[in-house]
Amino acid sequence: MKQLISFLIMIASFQALAVIETYEFETEAQEQLYTEIIHELRCPKCQNQTIAESNAGLSEDLRFIVYQKVMDGETKRSILSYMQERYGDFVLYDPPVKPANYFLWFAPLAVFLIILIIVLAKVGRRKVTPEE
Amino acid sequence: MNKKTVTAIVPIVVFIVLVVLFWFALDNDPKKLNSNLIDKPVPEFQLPALQNPEQVFTKADLPDELFLINVWGSWCGPCHIEHPYLMKYAQKFSIPIVGVNYKDKTIDGLKFIKDKGNPYHMIIADQQGNLGIDLGVYGAPETFIVDKMGTIRFRYVGVIDDRVWNKKLLPIMEQVKGSDIQPVATQ
Repeated sequence: MKQLISFLIMIASFQALAVIETYEFETEAQEQLYTEIIHELRCPKCQNQTIAESNAGLSEDLRFIVYQKVMDGETKRSILSYMQERYGDFVLYDPPVKPANYFLWFAPLAVFLIILIIVLAKVGRRKVTPEE
Repeated sequence: MNKKTVTAIVPIVVFIVLVVLFWFALDNDPKKLNSNLIDKPVPEFQLPALQNPEQVFTKADLPDELFLINVWGSWCGPCHIEHPYLMKYAQKFSIPIVGVNYKDKTIDGLKFIKDKGNPYHMIIADQQGNLGIDLGVYGAPETFIVDKMGTIRFRYVGVIDDRVWNKKLLPIMEQVKGSDIQPVATQ
């Protein structure tokens, strides 16, 4: 039991290390915009994290750039396109709907439709006989 | 075809499609991202020279022939592995390699080339990593092929060794240049 508790404390302290730097904002809107943007940008280095979650040096740099741009009064759209120009669609967690990304956007729908058709065909053919 | 044959064939077809898909996926490293800068000009910059902080490099100082940009740092383990290859190619071929000392301390960067040799035509000190971000760098070492007009034509992420050089970089450089690239005769 003691070991378990100390293990849990150890795990918890690792979490504490993951706290990211804090920035000072002039208005609440700026802070909100900053938080929103860093949660929508994917870390190019550590592929399945947003830059808000990632500890990579690159994410830290990108967060700083987002911060500077928010303070300069840039819009969300211009900040996201700044990142996209450099790192491609990959960096956006909400990638644009364009031919290269059609598979990404429509494959789930296609799979759903195929399954729907199969299920309907099967179920439709089944004879309903009330069980008695 | 009766229903039984269809039910028998479907799983086999699905299986074969998956095998083919996975076979191709084997070669596809998800960590390698396409550069968004292909066919775009090298970004503008204004950064000091590593060996002489007084000297400021801009885009105008880049070679006006086919050249490579190599992003490295003394902190980057794979860069140490790559370095002897760059030394070799710098000697063997007359293709200028522009070094970008990325997010490094000047003293460490200098020590690196002092200890291991300097394969670079010039070294740009990008301490803050701004040029790196403009180039879309996400993991050193990264190497860009730039044509004589200053347009980025190819990006390679990772260590360059003989296999990468001969199979990838040389053919692309020859294609960009429009002529064969021969080793410089050494005496």
